[in-house]
Amino acid sequence: MDIQLKRGLLDVCVLAAIKNEDSYGYKIIKDMQPYVKLSESTLYPILRRLESTGMLSVRSAEHNGRLRKYYHITPAGLQRIEDFKSEWKEMISIYHFVVRGEEEHE
Amino acid sequence: MNKQEFLSALTERLSGLPAEDIERYRELYSESIDDRMEEGFSEEEAVADLGVLDDIARQIIKETPMTKLVKEKFKTKRELRGWQIALIVIGSPLWIAVGAVCFSLLLTLFILLWVAVLVIYVLFLTFCACSLALLLATVFAAVKGSAPPALLCFGSALFCIGLSILLFFGAIGTTKGVIKLCGKILLGIKTLFVGKEKTQ
Repeated sequence: MDIQLKRGLLDVCVLAAIKNEDSYGYKIIKDMQPYVKLSESTLYPILRRLESTGMLSVRSAEHNGRLRKYYHITPAGLQRIEDFKSEWKEMISIYHFVVRGEEEHE
Repeated sequence: MNKQEFLSALTERLSGLPAEDIERYRELYSESIDDRMEEGFSEEEAVADLGVLDDIARQIIKETPMTKLVKEKFKTKRELRGWQIALIVIGSPLWIAVGAVCFSLLLTLFILLWVAVLVIYVLFLTFCACSLALLLATVFAAVKGSAPPALLCFGSALFCIGLSILLFFGAIGTTKGVIKLCGKILLGIKTLFVGKEKTQ
């Protein structure tokens, strides 16, 4: 898949993983696993990028006597998901157009 | 490999990065290992589940901007002692020259690569033009009524068209290859920056 496209998709996937409740690194990976395989070395740069663009915020909270970083989606992050959904609708209609063209030629 | 060994190995591989970045990655990976152990992984299994250490370090370096690496390098240089600074100043005719040569060599390499790509595109255009000219010549020869020259021109035109198609795909393939290669060279330079830090 095109690298830029995949990058954008993964950003939205990560945002979707923290949409309903705050989550932490390993849980995000586990939640995404049935859909997308992701490793920490891919996830951390994405989280960093999303944080610097204001799509999510990070807080450290104590868990079992150690600190764990929790990621919380911001309104900008929620908006990004909504934008993705409407962009995707457009993509799907383009896809249908492409497929229809193929069927007519067969 | 246990958690402590993993974290110190990671620190060593990232030593060219700013200290706060290294600390951040240490915290993140330490958290990941702890989370896995809470799930029932043993310490060794948790570390193994993170993936290959060299791949992790390479990925982190790839994501770190070049400017950050250079800045960090410069920062450590400023902490040098007096005699080291003196040595650097005295040796400057040498290392500036060596640096300039390295830089020019790299620049030459980049230019050569792109010139090679350009040559393929120019060849492609040339053969396109030849095909067009030969097709026109075929028409003229045919109008004049001389069959052998017309056939010769037409055959040559087909040959040129074939070559242009080959060159077209060749050009696209080479462009993609060179872009990938340039990315690899950049990563190599970045690793060099990080690698050098280790020996200091």
